[in-house]
Amino acid sequence: MAEPMKMRASMSGDVADVKVLMNHPMETGLRKDAKTGQLIPAHFINEVTATLNGKTVLAAQWGGGISKNPYLGFKVKGAKAGDKVAVSWKDNKGESNTAEAAIG
Amino acid sequence: MNALRRNVLKSAGMASVVAMAATAGLLKSGSALAAWNASAFDAKSVPDALKGMGAATPAESKDISIKAPDIAENGAVVPVEVTSSIAGTTGIAIFAEKNATPLIADFKMSNGAEGYVSTRIKMGQTAMVRAVVTAGGKTYTAAKEVKVTIGGCGG
Repeated sequence: MAEPMKMRASMSGDVADVKVLMNHPMETGLRKDAKTGQLIPAHFINEVTATLNGKTVLAAQWGGGISKNPYLGFKVKGAKAGDKVAVSWKDNKGESNTAEAAIG
Repeated sequence: MNALRRNVLKSAGMASVVAMAATAGLLKSGSALAAWNASAFDAKSVPDALKGMGAATPAESKDISIKAPDIAENGAVVPVEVTSSIAGTTGIAIFAEKNATPLIADFKMSNGAEGYVSTRIKMGQTAMVRAVVTAGGKTYTAAKEVKVTIGGCGG
């Protein structure tokens, strides 16, 4: 699942507004395949970390209850334009992805 | 609405107990997931999930606002925005009370992150969306009802 994430970071006042869109099926493990009747194995992002200039600002644990292709929005005070925001996730199968953007 | 989909949703619900056990086993095998709080995420009720998180019984608070639709047409994608105006907010957890596993996400803020998160969640049926906020070692909570017309079979 190495599809890129979409990420946008903008300043409003002294607060950075970061929006991230990830590509992930987010299977809970409770759903059945309509054709085979077999349970679709769980496959979801369970760890998300966001950093501002290398310092962790948000550390999240997720369950399968987050929607497919997850959206995440958060705000960081004291950031300034040009600062680097990075967001990375890990899923329950050990796959991971990272995206970085400068606050514009 | 087609009948097949109804059946699929129904049987998936009944299979959830079995699946839960399988999920638990699966998660234990992954060493990279040591930090993932399985006991909280696999809990089947909000109090159990809170216990798994090590959070005390939270106090109701008017300083937490939850922005979510009154009626969600599609339970698979329910936008939820939580804003905490409690000073020193360091954590926000989101629950859908009637999901098979109510804990959806647990966010921890640090280094200037504000008490705000926005995301999209799955809801199996009409239920209260509950936010539990941690600030200064205390926990606070607020909830908002979201009516779901088509379940997202989330868990």
